[in-house]
Amino acid sequence: MSDELDPGQSSHTLSVAITGSGGSGAVTAGEMLLIAVANAGFYGLMGRSAGPQIRGGESAVMLRAGVAPVECLDDRFDILIALDWLNVSRFAEEIPLTRDSLIICDPEAGEIPPDIARHGARVVELPLEALAKGIEGGRTNMIALGVLAELLGIPEEAMLTVVDAKLARKGASAVVPSQRCISCGYNEPKPQQLRQRLPRIKDRPARWNISGNEASGVGAIRGGVRFVAAYPITPATEMLEWLAPNLERVGGVLLQAEDELASVNMIIGGSFGGVPSMTATSGPGLSLMMEGLGLAVASETPVVVANVMRGGPSTGIPTKSEQSDLNIALHGFHGDAPHLVLAALNIRDCAFTTEWAVHLAEALQTVAIVLSDQFLGQARSVTDPPPTAPAGPGRRLAQPAAENYQRYTLADPGGISPMAIPGTEGCLYTADGLEHNERGTPSSMPQDHQLQLEKRRQKLTAIDGGEHWAEVHGSGDLCILTWGSSSGAAFEAAGRLLTMGRPVRVVAIRLLSPLPEQRMLDAIDGAVRTLVVEQNHAGQLFHYLHSLNLLHGEVRKLAKPGPLPIRPGEIVNAILEWI
Amino acid sequence: MSGKPADTLLKAKDYKSEVKPVWCPGCGHFAVLSATTKALAHLGLPQKDVAMISGIGCSSRLPAYVSVYGFHGVHGRALAVASGLKAARPELTVLVAGGDGDGFSIGGNHFLHACRRNMDMTYIVMDNEVYGMTKGQASPTTSPDWAESKLTPHGPGVPSFNPAAIALASGATFIARGFTGKPNDLAKLLVDAIQHPGFSFIQALSPCTTFRPDQNDWKKIVRPFEQEATDDPVEAAKRIHADDGMSTGLLYQTKVPVWQPERSVRAQIDQLELGFQV
Repeated sequence: MSDELDPGQSSHTLSVAITGSGGSGAVTAGEMLLIAVANAGFYGLMGRSAGPQIRGGESAVMLRAGVAPVECLDDRFDILIALDWLNVSRFAEEIPLTRDSLIICDPEAGEIPPDIARHGARVVELPLEALAKGIEGGRTNMIALGVLAELLGIPEEAMLTVVDAKLARKGASAVVPSQRCISCGYNEPKPQQLRQRLPRIKDRPARWNISGNEASGVGAIRGGVRFVAAYPITPATEMLEWLAPNLERVGGVLLQAEDELASVNMIIGGSFGGVPSMTATSGPGLSLMMEGLGLAVASETPVVVANVMRGGPSTGIPTKSEQSDLNIALHGFHGDAPHLVLAALNIRDCAFTTEWAVHLAEALQTVAIVLSDQFLGQARSVTDPPPTAPAGPGRRLAQPAAENYQRYTLADPGGISPMAIPGTEGCLYTADGLEHNERGTPSSMPQDHQLQLEKRRQKLTAIDGGEHWAEVHGSGDLCILTWGSSSGAAFEAAGRLLTMGRPVRVVAIRLLSPLPEQRMLDAIDGAVRTLVVEQNHAGQLFHYLHSLNLLHGEVRKLAKPGPLPIRPGEIVNAILEWI
Repeated sequence: MSGKPADTLLKAKDYKSEVKPVWCPGCGHFAVLSATTKALAHLGLPQKDVAMISGIGCSSRLPAYVSVYGFHGVHGRALAVASGLKAARPELTVLVAGGDGDGFSIGGNHFLHACRRNMDMTYIVMDNEVYGMTKGQASPTTSPDWAESKLTPHGPGVPSFNPAAIALASGATFIARGFTGKPNDLAKLLVDAIQHPGFSFIQALSPCTTFRPDQNDWKKIVRPFEQEATDDPVEAAKRIHADDGMSTGLLYQTKVPVWQPERSVRAQIDQLELGFQV
């Protein structure tokens, strides 16, 4: 970040990082703090950073609380509390500090690593480990949580209540030592001037505490998905772990497949059977699924793929976020294969976008790929309850004993032909990935190929995403175009720029393909300078929009690969440097 | 064969579609088509409640020729499509058809796991020890010294795959071998396989007249297994390894619980959502 420019400040938010080695309990402490913050009436966001190791690696939570919805991490952290300093250098860059920041650490944990110390932040040393050892069954993370609760102005009793609720099922042997640690950390003397109390909030409306992966699962079930087949993969697994028991409760099934080749073909089978079906995966899995998705397009079998992006290519950086699967989602198919690509804009939106994708896929009898990413998927948000997506017309089904039934008939305007589900009387047919005629019989005739290609294209161009194709806010001749998890930072940057007297409009695209081009042109009409913001190296959205000839005026890209998130201050600086 | 067709039931020809097969004259797969329609007629299964799933290859064209619901997918993934369909629609009779390349090479992993998963479906593999549709390359069941393919001019040089042994090791609960030169026996095996609760596997020796004319001699060496089927996997393994792969009939059948997830609605979505409220 350039020192000359003021990246702006967001009022009424507070950012706290808890770091430690894997297994140190940083995540547990963060989750409890997030609940306490929610109970106090604040919105919140808690991102996670973890290494690939199960234990002994690195682990950090990055929590931001605010009086308004929080959709991205801030440019800097107010407080860093270190449970230990092991491996902290692996994610030091993810926790930017300033001279105003506060580091709380245990002198027994050793010197503050140079990567952390170089910011010149204030330091408070507390004997975290010794305090924990003084309590039978005590743990450092709970001491740290007590310290944080007191600094943030969360009442001690409220914090103890959270611990009780969170650990109740583990019994008193877990609850009592943890609560003693919290009280110990809470009452440990600290310099008064360090307190960074959150303001008091009187009314606390009903909110949700949910991760993006869970929200995607909610959206899938809301949309009617009742069959999921999938193979475990970081960072999508939590979506499946939430769906497995919850699908069962609503009468659905989750099947753990032997690989992603199986999962995609299993959901094609389930959907062929008439049950709305979905899989969840990440980049390597999506690569394996592409042939099957082409089959779903050609056979006109609706399926939804929730793809939680991570650093790529290849195995890449499995535990860290990146928005680099847009190209494969748009262009990964062989042949001409019209399909839907959507992207969730924030954690809460994972529910809406996934539900909407199910409705669209079912109505259009095609593939919908829904992109989220590790940050959205594994972060938790304290948010307003997610809205439901507009219900679609549902899958167009063949009526029993339809006369001269032809599965791929061209008779219907719009290209959507009635689908017969096994069990339907008098509509026998064989679905086929081979090019086929209207009956479904394989055909290599030029005319059949031309007509079926047109049918499959036509049904997609006929849809209108309505207002949901994007979130468009603000006005002026400066424009930020973005998608997915970068949207949060873009909206916050626009807010800061507005307070500086620099109005900016933001267009955060949810329906990436087919992109409603007229709506896009209307949204960017009058923009003189357009900055395309995304978290990948190549500028995948930038190039996609160029290929559609939708970018006019001066255009720049702010394309930065993961794992570091794009922060609002970077966008503010990019705009200020330009104008 | 068990059960008798009632007069009201459909005849075998009613299960044959009007689509003309792409197969070469004399292809063994015609007999599999005939055995399939006979078995379906014998069991009196309503056409609308049967789904036949396949991958890619000559044999995988079968679903379009049978008058039931069909899904002709991509190479090697028929068992996956079928497993998804069965999980979603357990009341359907699910048949899976394919060839040795489709099932044992590109789809090999799915074969292992379909055997292990033991969902209630029937898998018939038309084994002609050759890739026919790509014009005659060695498959996993081709003998190591078969040197007729330009792709492997010295022969594949690696031992062939033993489908029955792999099926047994992977947990299949019904393992049989048929021969297309004996279509009525094959139809009987299919009836038993469809009635078997769980994953039933039939390896149908099905000569390729075009690329493997040497297989015309199979009719001289194919014979029934000497013993009745066993339910003992150790005994079955002994028989499989003592055999030259040309004995036909039911080899092994055992009863193991079928994997079929229960589906019942116990909650509505808003009840699930309560868990997120703070």
